Amino acid sequence: MLTIDHLHARVEAQEILKGINLEVKAGEVHAIMGPNGSGKSTLCQVLGGREGYTVTGGSVQFKGQDLLEMAPEVRAREGLLLGFQYPVEIPGVKNIYLLKAAYNALRVHRGEPEADTFEFLALVREKLKLMQMDEQFLHRAVNVGFSGGEKKRNEILQMLILEPALAVLDETDSGLDIDALKVVSEGVNRLRSAQRAIILVTHYQRLLNHIEPDHVHVLYKGRIIRSGDKTLAHELERDGYQGIIEEAA
Amino acid sequence: MNAAESLTPPAETLPIEAHRPPAWLLDRCSQAAAEFAQRGYPDPRHEEWKYTKLRTLKNQSFVTASHAPMLDAADLERCTWPDLPSHRLVFVDGIYQPALSEPGDLPAGVQITSLAQAIAAGAVGLETVLGTLVDAQYSSFAAWNLAQLFDGALIQLAPDTCLQQPVHLLFIHSAQPTPQIYHPHSVIQAGQGSKAHILEHHIGLPGAQGFCNSATEIHLSANATLEHTLLQEHSEASYHIGNLFIRAQRDSRLISHNINLGGRLTRHDLNVDLCEPGAEAVLNGLFVVGGTQHTDTHTRIHHRAPHTRSDETYHGIADDQGRGVFKGRVLVARDAQKIEAHQHNANLLLSDKAEIDTKPELEIYADDVRCSHGATIGQLDPQSMYYLQSRGIDREKARDMLIFAFADEVIQRLPLAPLAKHIEHALQTRLPEGVSV
Ligand SMILES: Nc1ncnc2c1ncn2[C@@H]1O[C@H](COP(=O)(O)OP(=O)(O)O)[C@@H](O)[C@H]1O
Ligand SMILES: [Mg+2]
Repeated sequence: MLTIDHLHARVEAQEILKGINLEVKAGEVHAIMGPNGSGKSTLCQVLGGREGYTVTGGSVQFKGQDLLEMAPEVRAREGLLLGFQYPVEIPGVKNIYLLKAAYNALRVHRGEPEADTFEFLALVREKLKLMQMDEQFLHRAVNVGFSGGEKKRNEILQMLILEPALAVLDETDSGLDIDALKVVSEGVNRLRSAQRAIILVTHYQRLLNHIEPDHVHVLYKGRIIRSGDKTLAHELERDGYQGIIEEAA
Repeated sequence: MNAAESLTPPAETLPIEAHRPPAWLLDRCSQAAAEFAQRGYPDPRHEEWKYTKLRTLKNQSFVTASHAPMLDAADLERCTWPDLPSHRLVFVDGIYQPALSEPGDLPAGVQITSLAQAIAAGAVGLETVLGTLVDAQYSSFAAWNLAQLFDGALIQLAPDTCLQQPVHLLFIHSAQPTPQIYHPHSVIQAGQGSKAHILEHHIGLPGAQGFCNSATEIHLSANATLEHTLLQEHSEASYHIGNLFIRAQRDSRLISHNINLGGRLTRHDLNVDLCEPGAEAVLNGLFVVGGTQHTDTHTRIHHRAPHTRSDETYHGIADDQGRGVFKGRVLVARDAQKIEAHQHNANLLLSDKAEIDTKPELEIYADDVRCSHGATIGQLDPQSMYYLQSRGIDREKARDMLIFAFADEVIQRLPLAPLAKHIEHALQTRLPEGVSV
């Protein structure tokens, strides 16, 4: 599904990603862990196609296509969706309107007709329930005045409606209390299927208690310094990053 | 300099004379004529006219409409909304159209009528409300309007009356081969404790050209609540200069919505006098200019008395070579303690050739006040653009969504849903990708 090959990228003048290799297959969940500032969010934004993040080397193939050639909106329509560490507040744009515009963009991209308003609403209501969100969220401006947890729930709500082939979730667990963490994790677990893949970027092991990864990678100073299965996460939880960092040095 | 003469030859008779006006009124109009003759067009060097040049307007000649053309149902349909029942007065090229008007059933004590008819019928009580607020200090056009007084709307709300439906004052500009000029003058007198929403709607039919020089006087007695919406949808070949004078007495409340969408050149002056304690004014405004449109709004809020409040929110959008001007003046008199005055002006500049000039002006002579103001001019937020794109929405559509949202923050303040929908729709048709809400 996704092949990252020797990816180098810089933000402004600074090189942040220094040769990332990663292979993600359909059906898999990958966790990317690492201390603050190691480049996790940068990797996510490069995959999302954010302006100002310049790829200086390497390649990314997504479903057999050159991802880096695609505009951000095309990446999303092709099925790569980014869950933001800091979801953006957009005054004046209602949540329901964003959802509908995104959903229809996806359908038109696939050559399908735009969604019937009634059916679409029914779909949205069903997903709201899963995320334990009140219907009033639909009529509020996107993320405006949402608490940290509400913003993250909202990101997952979008995922559940847009059903991406590859969800890249950047610190979806940060700022969540225990109950919210459960709800968000359940939402993410619902995204799992044999056809889809998920990249979970997280700082802490605790999310991985709810969403069991197939692979765990440690990102440090712009490189993946260690990969393993879910036991690696437990090891990190127990011993911290220091041992692995020293070992790699 | 005397520009007045070049536009209208010194009138032997004033238009008002056609209605056999009482002496005081003829006197007021004559004085206004003298004042306009003396002041002429505003001096282009005047601070108040710094960004709005009237050369092209001045160099045009206009004729005064002597009778209005017949409009058909389709024309009227463009300007009204079936889902917004209203008390409606229709004026075409400044002339009252009884056949198109539907004042409807009115509660006792409420008058909604043509000003010309009221004058001709010898209505009493006009002397204290007609022409009394007009002040040509900032705009000689107000004097010109009064000098050329011929018709307009008269709305009188007796104490404690309340209108459930809005009043739709529909000023239609028809398409004529020669550019026309008209000077509608409206008077709104809201009695003690009365309540109403007045929509002053200026609209040009396709192909209309000319100059509408309007003036509106609004008197709010104690405890009255008046919502006034100025919706300007002139054709792209038309000029509109509008002067509004509002006098708010004790504990009264004005909510003004000033929506400017059309016109080639527009200038609105809103003069609000909060002259007794407890009076409050909420001013919402939106302009959208594209092409080579020019729009200019000056608001002046005068806190004359203690415990008065004002809250102003104006949004502006300029695209293409459009130009927008906003100047918000707040004046707090020395004795006006414990007042509150807030002003917020945000602008979106969508092209390199567009221009927006904004200037808050606070003059505060009292010391115990709460005032705030903020003005911004900016582009669309790149973070918001990226966020929308990351959800599969393309740049053009994302841009439209954000522009629309910016305008909608003001539109949503309108309490009349069908009217808000109409304005949203008018905006949508100007956005290339369209946005359906
Ligand atoms: N917009 C930016 N401009 C400059 N440096 C940045 C920017 N964003 C991130 N960085 C730097 O890039 C490095 C990686 O940051 P980030 O990708 O956010 O790490 P992580 O998500 O792993 O905490 C850090 O050193 C950070 O300071
Ligand atoms: Mg991060």
